[in-house]
Amino acid sequence: MVGSKTVGRQILNLYLPLALFIVFLLFPFYWMSIVSFKPTNDLFELKFNPFWIQRFTLENYLYLFQNTDFPEWVKNTLIISVISTAISLLCSILIGYALARLRFPGSNFLGVGIFLAYLVPPTLLFLPLAQVIAKLNLYNTYWALILTYPTQLIPFASWLLMGYFRTIPKEIEECAMADGCTRMETLLKIILPLSTPGLISAGIFCFTLCWNEFLYALIFMSSGPMKTIPVGTVSDLIKADTLFWGSLMASAVLGSFPIAFLYSFFVKYYVSGLTAGAVKR
Amino acid sequence: MAKVILENVSKTFGNVEAVKSFNLTVEDKEFTILVGPSGCGKSTALRMIAGLEEPTNGVIYIGDRAVNDLPPKDRDIAMVFQEYALYPHMSVYKNMAFGLKLRRFSKDEIDQRVKWASEILGIQNLLDRKPRQLSGGQRQRVAVGRAIVRKPAVFLFDEPLSNLDAKLRVQMRAELSKLHDRLETTIIYVTHDQVEAMTMGTKIVVMKDGLIQQIGAPLEVYNHPVNMFVAGFIGSPVINFFPSRLVSKEGRLFIDAETFQLPIPQKKVSYYQSLTGSEAIFGIRPNDIYDRLYAPDRLRENFVRAVVDVIEPLGSEIHLNMTSGRHNFVAVVDAQTSVRVHQEIELALDLDKMHLFEKNDPNLRIKTDS
Repeated sequence: MVGSKTVGRQILNLYLPLALFIVFLLFPFYWMSIVSFKPTNDLFELKFNPFWIQRFTLENYLYLFQNTDFPEWVKNTLIISVISTAISLLCSILIGYALARLRFPGSNFLGVGIFLAYLVPPTLLFLPLAQVIAKLNLYNTYWALILTYPTQLIPFASWLLMGYFRTIPKEIEECAMADGCTRMETLLKIILPLSTPGLISAGIFCFTLCWNEFLYALIFMSSGPMKTIPVGTVSDLIKADTLFWGSLMASAVLGSFPIAFLYSFFVKYYVSGLTAGAVKR
Repeated sequence: MAKVILENVSKTFGNVEAVKSFNLTVEDKEFTILVGPSGCGKSTALRMIAGLEEPTNGVIYIGDRAVNDLPPKDRDIAMVFQEYALYPHMSVYKNMAFGLKLRRFSKDEIDQRVKWASEILGIQNLLDRKPRQLSGGQRQRVAVGRAIVRKPAVFLFDEPLSNLDAKLRVQMRAELSKLHDRLETTIIYVTHDQVEAMTMGTKIVVMKDGLIQQIGAPLEVYNHPVNMFVAGFIGSPVINFFPSRLVSKEGRLFIDAETFQLPIPQKKVSYYQSLTGSEAIFGIRPNDIYDRLYAPDRLRENFVRAVVDVIEPLGSEIHLNMTSGRHNFVAVVDAQTSVRVHQEIELALDLDKMHLFEKNDPNLRIKTDS
């Protein structure tokens, strides 16, 4: 690093603040993990150090798999998240491209309109959506969530992809058209391969939102085994005033795993996708 | 291999008229250059031929077909862009093969054509590289290669050399000329660089503010510019203009620029006679001005005194920025001329090569021949 003269200075200015941040950010995950590996009695034992595991156990995980529908929740969440993400990405690619490149009457207005749709809070939107879902007889089916999640995903993903598409020089596209592409072929063969970082970040965004979503999942799909992980965890592991802390945390640990996995692999693309077009390259 | 005709073509963006009633016929196998300052509409004209912009009015023909309603891919054209516009995610080979693949050529045919083009352009050893691993000159070659593999009816070049450094530009200029000889296709080439226009084109179209100013062979445009704009745009160093008056004295016609008076050659008198007594712009190219010592004998008789402001020795010649009264002008003189700044020297002007322009808005040149 330019300008840092001594190692001591570097530690003070760089590594110490970073360390504090890491501790602050990772502590909830640490707490979640250690609680999930402790026997229930140890959790309330005041003579033990609460920040360490005295007696290691997997009983919370066993409970989760044997006494709840956890595997079913995972399946539900995965199916819903993957399909909603796919639908949202498909729509967003087309919308984003149209907003970025095509000039048609009302294109500006449409762009702003889509953005405004994103600003409507989900807590407000669920009232009309609930009626739609009821009319279509979709309560307690995957489709209830697969169709409602994109109302939040598409506006944001469209804007993100629009920004990304705009960073691709227009000449490349024009050249492809002179080379013999139709507009659709240009999109598929030239624009999409060049937009991989943008597609990855939009995909991660959509998937994360679906995976963690609570409100719609609770309202539209929450009886029997038809639950997502967040809904199942709080509805089946909290019974009246009894909280199954160990299993709750075990479910949280397992539930956050796929997202953590996705981010750790693609964080580089995620950042470059979100900041695309922010500076002139 | 096709003729391109633009009939009364115009293009309006909002309330800006980028191209106005454009009429041009590019003959088969001609190397036509659209040249003009930036914003003159030359690129817009080219993009309309390519099908990337829709003309507001008029008809465009490629070959015998009116192509107004055809998308770029059906026009049988290939275009090379200033920014190269290579597909960054494809190797050089794939970049060149892309257009052929879309047209469903057989694998062998594609292979053969890519080889043929890469040999012409000397890029055989780069075929596996990605565009980001290439230098600017190499990228431009690939962009040209991508255009020639398709063997289209018309090549369109949009300032293809502007991003290259000066030396490479000169080299590529010669190569493109050679390529034109070899391929024998119609080329339409846009540039703002009058040197490119003069050296490469078989026909130059000079444009300004969306209007064609003059169409002609390079030397025709250089020697017989239709107005002051064309005279000033084509040729380097830039032509000198002197606001003057035509006067008649002792039976001869003179140009009177206050600080000097020069007799008009006999053969031009008949053309200019009618302007006697009125104001006009006298133009002469720096190359037609000589140091009196080195001037051909026939020119020594009439000369102009001027003071040297700046000396630019180029080795083969010397450019002098001079002042004579209220006139500033440039002269290109013999490399052996010895001058100092602020020195007053005598210059001989070759008035056989003079131009006279009307002193009104379009500044038309007063024709003396052809």
